[in-house]
Amino acid sequence: MRYLPKSPVERQEMLAAIGKNSIDELFSSIPEKYRLREALKIPGPYSEAEVIQYFKERATENAAGYTSFLGAGVYNHLRSVVTDAIIQRGEFLTSYTPYQAEISQGTLQAIFEFQTLMCQLTGQDVANASMYDGSTATTEAVLMAERLTGRRRVLVARSVHPEYRDVLKTYAKNSGLRIEEIPFTKNGTVDAKALQSTLTDDVAAVVAQSPNFFGVIETYAPLAETAHAAGAMFVVAIAEGVSLGLLRPPAEADVVAMEAQSFGLPPSYGGPFAGVIAAREKYVRQMPGRLAGQTTDSEGRRGFVLTLATREQHIRREKATSNICTNQALCALAATVHLTLLGKQGLREMAEQNSSKAQFALEELLKVPGVRRTFDAPFFNEFTVELPRSVKIVNSHLLREKIVGPLALGTPYPELTKHGLVCVTETTPRTEIERFAGAVKRALEQPV
Amino acid sequence: MSEKIKKASRHVNQNEGLIFEKSSPGKRAFELPPLDVPAAEASKALGSHYRKEGVEGFPEVSEIEVLRHFTRLSSWNHAIDLGMYPLGSCTMKYNPRVNEFVARLEGIATEHPYQPQELSQGCLKILRLLEKCLLEITGMDAITLQPAAGAQGELTGLLLIRAYLQKQGNPRKKVLIPDSAHGTNPATAVIAGYEVENIKSESHGQVDVEGLRRLVTEDVAALMITNPSTLGIFEQRLPEIAEILHAKGALLYMDGANMNALAGITRPGDLGVDVMHLNLHKTFSTPHGGGGPGAGPVAMKKILEPFRPVPILVEKENGRLALEPVRPDSIGRVKAFSSNFGVLVRALAYILAYGPGVRQATEDAVLNANYIRKHLEGVYDLPYSLPSMHEVVFSDAIQKKNGVNTMDIAKRLIDYGFHPYTTAFPLIVPGALMIEPTESESREECDLFIDAMKSIAEEAATQPEIVKTAPHTTRVRRLDEVGAARKPVLRWKPAAPRSTAAD
Repeated sequence: MRYLPKSPVERQEMLAAIGKNSIDELFSSIPEKYRLREALKIPGPYSEAEVIQYFKERATENAAGYTSFLGAGVYNHLRSVVTDAIIQRGEFLTSYTPYQAEISQGTLQAIFEFQTLMCQLTGQDVANASMYDGSTATTEAVLMAERLTGRRRVLVARSVHPEYRDVLKTYAKNSGLRIEEIPFTKNGTVDAKALQSTLTDDVAAVVAQSPNFFGVIETYAPLAETAHAAGAMFVVAIAEGVSLGLLRPPAEADVVAMEAQSFGLPPSYGGPFAGVIAAREKYVRQMPGRLAGQTTDSEGRRGFVLTLATREQHIRREKATSNICTNQALCALAATVHLTLLGKQGLREMAEQNSSKAQFALEELLKVPGVRRTFDAPFFNEFTVELPRSVKIVNSHLLREKIVGPLALGTPYPELTKHGLVCVTETTPRTEIERFAGAVKRALEQPV
Repeated sequence: MSEKIKKASRHVNQNEGLIFEKSSPGKRAFELPPLDVPAAEASKALGSHYRKEGVEGFPEVSEIEVLRHFTRLSSWNHAIDLGMYPLGSCTMKYNPRVNEFVARLEGIATEHPYQPQELSQGCLKILRLLEKCLLEITGMDAITLQPAAGAQGELTGLLLIRAYLQKQGNPRKKVLIPDSAHGTNPATAVIAGYEVENIKSESHGQVDVEGLRRLVTEDVAALMITNPSTLGIFEQRLPEIAEILHAKGALLYMDGANMNALAGITRPGDLGVDVMHLNLHKTFSTPHGGGGPGAGPVAMKKILEPFRPVPILVEKENGRLALEPVRPDSIGRVKAFSSNFGVLVRALAYILAYGPGVRQATEDAVLNANYIRKHLEGVYDLPYSLPSMHEVVFSDAIQKKNGVNTMDIAKRLIDYGFHPYTTAFPLIVPGALMIEPTESESREECDLFIDAMKSIAEEAATQPEIVKTAPHTTRVRRLDEVGAARKPVLRWKPAAPRSTAAD
């Protein structure tokens, strides 16, 4: 087997050195009757060429060749080939969590740079070195608020990503947290009145997303004020990080939970991505996950170490802030390289292109008879439209023209059947936007 | 350089500041294609949400500078690609490059989780085949691939147990955890709403079965056990332990962190385990990447199947695959967008390369650990003498007499060209040296490691200072961790402008 660096003779010699006659003797502690006598029934062994062939065949059974207008938490953005070149360097790819700081300075400094970039983006003081994704980051942010306030009720906007809310409910179920949802207004933003009337002094956190699941941008200040007036923490979830190139950061938030997929990570059918928690400095000791900190060595040189580990499970066990151990370090590195490549100008320009193209797409769609805008509020690169017939039926027509159309909102939001969520990024050419609008028009003209 | 250091030699590495310190306004490393639609007036479209300028402090550097920056940083890391990385319990094995290649294929990396399922059959087939392979390897009945890492797998497993017991009327109160367990086990049990009761190991390092019998009551939901234990020892009475639990209606959870000792040899499902997680970034070779991403599939017996997290992968009558979003008894979703798919792709590529030959990898892993044990026994104290599986745990008891502890030995190992083993874990061994070579090491590499460890033992006896002040060859010496925690500096900030007259 090509991955195993031993010849049969070497195996025999090593066994002899140990004083064993056969490999089986090494497994003598496993009761005989539980040892497998037959070979495992799994395909292979495959040569490298066969492995590649298998996956290439699977790739042809997917959506290659289709133009997609899906976003909803997973975005297609340009990625420089430099990012992959860096993260495939063995020194990054095949190293462990940097507990042994002296020979992990590369990873540690990169994490420190990641934390800095995340703080700059979100307007917060401290950021951790990754959670699994935006959904678990949001959940952990809420658990953080629970610990900090000692309160057990959480108000989550219904305009927060439905799957983020699902994950929060799974985690909350057994920890005594009560999750309640706050409706949205006619223009798609958090219903401040409903929030006001539900908010009492037993609420740990108010959670809103911006741009929210409908693509609508929330206004942070009044939500933060309302939450703070009741002694609750204001948690902001961000699913589309590129928006921060053009939008004011959530500086009013106490904790920000962000999905970093937009920063150089491919959609990859849903993962791996990278979640981030950023917060005010005073909350750092209740943060989950790893943190890299700057320090000096015994000769006064700058270096970096994992720090404040007394929050973590390997030290505190059942009293830890979270059970997270392995996180998404390489994805965080990809985001670091990607954002460094983009830089101040590049991120700005990417965000501007997203905004321009989404505006253009909305205008094109609104030219189609019967198509209406659902929410009249500022948006970034996603918006919702109402169609005169079922989104699913329209989408089935679009598929014939090799277009993956809007996400149908009827399942997560029964009141929004016939409404669809459209995403356009800098990767969507104008000609495809125009073809999409034309295809929607043709689909709506089809007999029912 | 000492003649005894055969593996490593001196080399120069480059100094490199923080990327923010190299920034200069106007430089750039990325250009977008020209905008092909009318430019929207963002300030108008976004109103009060508009950010007037780019992100303050973001770097402005050129492409070559970015490439050099990260390449230089990378040269400060040790890596499996450079040599043995014998971290016990971490299974730092070779990460085949073809796995990286296939995970990046057009049509694999490019797929959106919400695209229609009829356009996702390739992705779903990958998931299905991986499920089947992992079920065969574990001997279980059902599986979920959703959890993002081992710790999330543990949580999923405990939530399954809780849902199952709840369905019978009582979720129960306690989870039993041996004192040798990973810290994630107790941390997870608490999130799942359970009290933790630690149970002591008996003198040979195994679970004290008689003691356990007394502890298992109707209040106990489950025992979480790592097998082989973190001592690298197989729990010989596991089937009996399962019976004790089952007799009281409790379940057996197995932490699969050490599955690299068992794959192809024995199956947890056959040993009486009810539910377990696998760390694909350990046993199934997906890269650790400096701390993730991982994936933590959870395999289970039939009784737990109805409670699996949604969406559930199902085979339709026409042979098509689908993800079903709703199941009445499901514990819910543990992660958005179904799974760390790209990690699962890599794991399947690994399994396909071996096929049933996975067994050979396990055999070689156990052979390497025992070879190292044989050569170092006596040089280092071996606190538990039962047969080792894939890893061996020594203690620093001998070297301690000269004031040299496990951390010192670990740091000295760096000078010899090796990454340290796991230090000070498991907690039941004071001054532990936990060594897991994996199957990826040749006899030559094992011999070099043994020589290095023997040489350090000799140094500890004759010139302990050199060990206690190690490492001597790295770009930084031991770092001030206490200072780092006392006054945390967790981000770069621009140097404060020179003070001017008060304004």
